[in-house]
Amino acid sequence: MKATSRLLGWIDARFPLTSVWKEHLSEYYAPKNFNFWYYFGSLAMLVLVIQIVTGIFLTMNYKPDARFAFASVEYIMRDVDYGWLIRYMHSTGASMFFVVVYLHMMRGLMYGSYRKPRELIWILGMAIYLCLMAEAFFGYLLPWGQMSYWGAQVIVSLVDAISPPVALWIRGDYVIGDATLNRFFAFHVIALPLVLVMLVFMHIVALHEVGSNNPDGIEIKEKKDPVTGIPLDGIPFHPYYTVKDIMGVVGFLAVYFGIIFFAPEMGGYFLEDNNFIPADPLKTPLHISPVWYFTPFYAILRAIPQKQLGVLAMGVAVVIFFLLPWLDRGLVKSIRYRGNLFKVALGLFVLAFLILGYMGTQDPSLWYVNPVSRVCALVYFGFFVLMPIYTRLDKTKPVPGRVV
Amino acid sequence: MSEAQSVPGRRRFLVGATVTIGAVGVAAIGTPFVLSMLPSARARAAGGPVEADFSKIEPGMMITQEWRGQPIWLVNRTPEMMAQLAKNAGLLSDPDSSDSEQPEYCKNINRATTEHPNLFVAVGICTHLGCSPVDKMKVGEGSGMGSDWPGGFFCPCHGSKYDMSGRVFKGMPAPLNLRIPPYSFLSNARLLVGSDKKGA
Repeated sequence: MKATSRLLGWIDARFPLTSVWKEHLSEYYAPKNFNFWYYFGSLAMLVLVIQIVTGIFLTMNYKPDARFAFASVEYIMRDVDYGWLIRYMHSTGASMFFVVVYLHMMRGLMYGSYRKPRELIWILGMAIYLCLMAEAFFGYLLPWGQMSYWGAQVIVSLVDAISPPVALWIRGDYVIGDATLNRFFAFHVIALPLVLVMLVFMHIVALHEVGSNNPDGIEIKEKKDPVTGIPLDGIPFHPYYTVKDIMGVVGFLAVYFGIIFFAPEMGGYFLEDNNFIPADPLKTPLHISPVWYFTPFYAILRAIPQKQLGVLAMGVAVVIFFLLPWLDRGLVKSIRYRGNLFKVALGLFVLAFLILGYMGTQDPSLWYVNPVSRVCALVYFGFFVLMPIYTRLDKTKPVPGRVV
Repeated sequence: MSEAQSVPGRRRFLVGATVTIGAVGVAAIGTPFVLSMLPSARARAAGGPVEADFSKIEPGMMITQEWRGQPIWLVNRTPEMMAQLAKNAGLLSDPDSSDSEQPEYCKNINRATTEHPNLFVAVGICTHLGCSPVDKMKVGEGSGMGSDWPGGFFCPCHGSKYDMSGRVFKGMPAPLNLRIPPYSFLSNARLLVGSDKKGA
């Protein structure tokens, strides 16, 4: 006991171990009323760790070469001991990352977690989301299946619609080829993960600077104990929320491994059927669609019958989230004290997002796909564009001073 | 320090100069990294012309060849297909191919040479987002494209439709007609895709 405390003292004189532990865990006071929606931040970090660890082990057998890439993935699946497990953990992890992040963003929308003073947390979070989309896109080319190939072809063509020389520079060849695969591998395994980890670090630093929001949208730092200076409605993150988050981890892992063991392809939504065919530059699959987490934006792209405008609308659909802190003019943060206007708007937005996601997986020649996508795209953009109006008109309820 | 405070202008100049030179240095070392991502000498050299045999294509059939990693279609169009082309004009967004990309000798309704007007040679890449369309050459219900379908090509990615000259229909996501590569005939059976200098 004495020896360990002496060791700790020795370290603390040289590295702020105890003070960091206190500041971010044992004496970081979080609101006492976190609910189910507050699991997804820590779960996103768990998935990030899973992706990094499984990714490292996949690179031990994967070959980023157009001639060998497809076969090396099959080799991992069939011949490497537990290769199937590591690969399915990685592919399922990619989808689960987006599940968790979408739910995490939904929490922010419901409880106004993007509002002052948390604008930078929101912006950093959106940067993480963009980085994650890029990471998923680069990673999806690596198995070098038909969907990998043609998905990359479509996305790089989006760039081509804006600037052909830039598209050429990204591909490193006149078509998607070996050069493209090789550099996407470099982006996927080192460049973007570094950026991602850095952004997550900054996201948490910013969060711990201002403190967490909560389902009531009450600033707990405004009511502190006059003696201790501790927020009256705050509880230390450790042990209270570390234990709660472990509960979340247990639930998450049950679902995650359930998928890995029983439905790793998820009916073609997590691993698309066409991606079990090696890439063929001369033949587009009959039905091509991105993985489910990109389909809402893909549906918007398809819905607009003009190339540059479609690309623009898709870009705006993602980037417009950044403006949320300044579009919202409501008097209260949380949906609990908002009026019906906001509740209806958010409900319609979520519905439109889900329908767009479904339409993005469907064959565009079906008569209803593009018309329905157009209506949903209008609702989607309407949610943001009209937000300054309906949040101001909304009849809000008074917010209590304390968490009850 | 006290001397620096007494001449703030000089200090500011030195900071500015250091930042500027530093930025020039970063740009100088950044340039080779950015340029290293352009197509390499090997990739640039791989774009030579390719030969194709079109004598064995039955009327109404097509084959696909590869040129610069892209699919090149060779379609032997039937007289009925050729006759349909003139009727499509009102349905197309660029019927005269004035905005589209093709060699001068293919800028006509057939989008083909006068030597072999029935032979349609095109880059099988949708001008929307680079998918390869599929052939729906049968007129009407036979292609599953509706009873008023005049025959042509359909892009499965975003639903763009082209006629038998690769001309895009109105209201489609694709902005332009399919690209026609430069090509020339070596004989009555063979052609050279990627080069239109006779006998090259």
